[in-house]
Amino acid sequence: MGSDVAVASGGFLASPTVQTALILGGFVAAVTGIVGVFTVVRGQSFAGHALADLGSVGGAGAFLVSINQVWGFVGAGIIAALLMELIGVQRLKGRDVTTGVVLSLGMGVTALFLYWDTTIGSSSNAAVSVLFGSLFVVNPAVIGPVIGLSIASLVLIVAAYRWLLMSSLDTDLATARGVPVRLTGIMFLIALALAVELSSLTIGAILSTALLIGPAATALLLTRRFGLAALLSAAIAVATTWVGVWVSYESYNWGGPTNWPVSFCIVALIFLTYLAVRIGAHIHSRRLKPATEASAAPAVAKDAGRHVAEVMG
Amino acid sequence: MTHSTQEWNDVPGAVLSARDIRVTLSGKLILDGVDLDVAPGEFVGLIGANGAGKTTLLRSLLGVLKPTSGTVERPRRDARTGGVGYLPQKVALDVDAPLRARDVVALGLDGGRPGIPLHRRATRKRVDETLDAVNALSFAEQRIGEMSGGQQQRVLLAHALISDPALLLLDEPLANLDPASAYDIVTLLDRLRRTHRVAIVITAHDMNLLLPVMDRIVYLAGGRAVTGSPEAVVRSDVLTRLYGRPIRVIRAEGRVMVIADDAGIPDEVHHELPAEVAGASGSSGLSGSSGGGL
Ligand SMILES: Nc1ncnc2c1ncn2[C@@H]1O[C@H](COP(=O)(O)OP(=O)(O)O)[C@@H](O)[C@H]1O
Ligand SMILES: [Mg+2]
Repeated sequence: MGSDVAVASGGFLASPTVQTALILGGFVAAVTGIVGVFTVVRGQSFAGHALADLGSVGGAGAFLVSINQVWGFVGAGIIAALLMELIGVQRLKGRDVTTGVVLSLGMGVTALFLYWDTTIGSSSNAAVSVLFGSLFVVNPAVIGPVIGLSIASLVLIVAAYRWLLMSSLDTDLATARGVPVRLTGIMFLIALALAVELSSLTIGAILSTALLIGPAATALLLTRRFGLAALLSAAIAVATTWVGVWVSYESYNWGGPTNWPVSFCIVALIFLTYLAVRIGAHIHSRRLKPATEASAAPAVAKDAGRHVAEVMG
Repeated sequence: MTHSTQEWNDVPGAVLSARDIRVTLSGKLILDGVDLDVAPGEFVGLIGANGAGKTTLLRSLLGVLKPTSGTVERPRRDARTGGVGYLPQKVALDVDAPLRARDVVALGLDGGRPGIPLHRRATRKRVDETLDAVNALSFAEQRIGEMSGGQQQRVLLAHALISDPALLLLDEPLANLDPASAYDIVTLLDRLRRTHRVAIVITAHDMNLLLPVMDRIVYLAGGRAVTGSPEAVVRSDVLTRLYGRPIRVIRAEGRVMVIADDAGIPDEVHHELPAEVAGASGSSGLSGSSGGGL
């Protein structure tokens, strides 16, 4: 988690390590936040989690063959996405069960590779890096590829935007409207794989689901507009990542027995943001209820509550 | 109201033409050679017991389900017409899904295109007008997932209507609707087929509202379709045979009521009346709904 690396002196923004972390973390967070909203709406959070676990096979394997982790994660993630499409994860009846079985296998192989990494290879950091991320130790050489892959994920999402909405509404309606439903599913799975694997690189395979779902869930509490939800989610993801990087950086100066790992800081902030918004929305709807209930029909009262919640957001 | 009792088959210029549709699902024969022609402006009721294959037939007509054999000719979507408008029986959407009623309706216009939609004012106005036509404007901003079944159905109907379809395939659009909303929807559909010559195929269990507007009824049983005039089909003996349980058709004061016969209706009410009474104009469909559906 980078605790063994001197993040060092010269001020927060002057540190090259911090700069790399902010650039990488920011891009990855923005894309993952946007993809997350579609993931929640399509009910594919679990598939996202599975892709993280399967991608970690590649992340762990990368240490064995001495290639950069990013290629391990992304390569394994894309292969996993295509395999999931091939066996029809999106159409299967017990798709959660199937996904769960494949996911467990992924974790098993990851454990094996991580064991080999430390026994055969010499990468004692491999486990921590794969599972909990490496935002502070990532090689600056991967900035280019990471930004490129982030943009690729975003392009897929933008291209399939309306198709994704139509397919999540109803596949028959989508098909009747000429939406290539299967292609849409593949495009989304690849975009999801890219987002999740890049998050695995930055905050770790285990925690990447938090970045995928947390900001999206928060944004969905704040607005009913799809486009706005995607933008809000991206903003929350980037903000929590940047603040997380800052808190982690500052914690080196707090003189405790240890610093606060960056992945932990980010995930904690995501959770706290969600909690705060959730409580805020709850209080708002409570305060609103007695005022409108007397005068308006229930549906209208509910609607009014949403309006206020949206203005608040 | 035209109740043509013949000439349904091989209507020249039919907007929909299905021949010998056979559908097998998981090894089970669901449809066993169904023919159907629908003319522009025609209002066709599709009835049958649960599991008779109504939804399966509509999906085959729509083209999202490939029949095992048979052919379907349906209107295409082009610059002049929106092709086929479809209303699914139900959609399963998360309550959190940020799709508002107006988003769903706008997707009816351009949901097939790639990219992010940027709607002009004219489009937004059209969305509002369509929502208004189905009495859904008041909840235009609400999420589709958090709507009641009846509200959802009205929004989905607007989604189907907004592209000016030549044919509407509606799968139980009146289920979940309160009597007033159901009456409004039937009136709207009847107006559309008169003014825009939209052909309508509609499934429903409660026929009372549809009787005044249906041109004919297609009923499905045992995988086969039988077509008849409402007068010929909406009879106690025919419906009882079709649904396999006692059903009574009551005609009185120019109105027709179809009721499941568990209630112990007095015998004298249910005597044969002249067939013309069925669907006679001026009968308010709304009155029938008090009898309860099938
Ligand atoms: N995907 C499917 N696989 C197998 N059987 C199906 C499938 N869809 C529908 N069925 C069966 O086909 C029959 C007709 O279903 P449906 O068309 O939905 O009937 P209806 O709409 O008239 O109630 C039912 O017996 C149903 O169980
Ligand atoms: Mg059905």
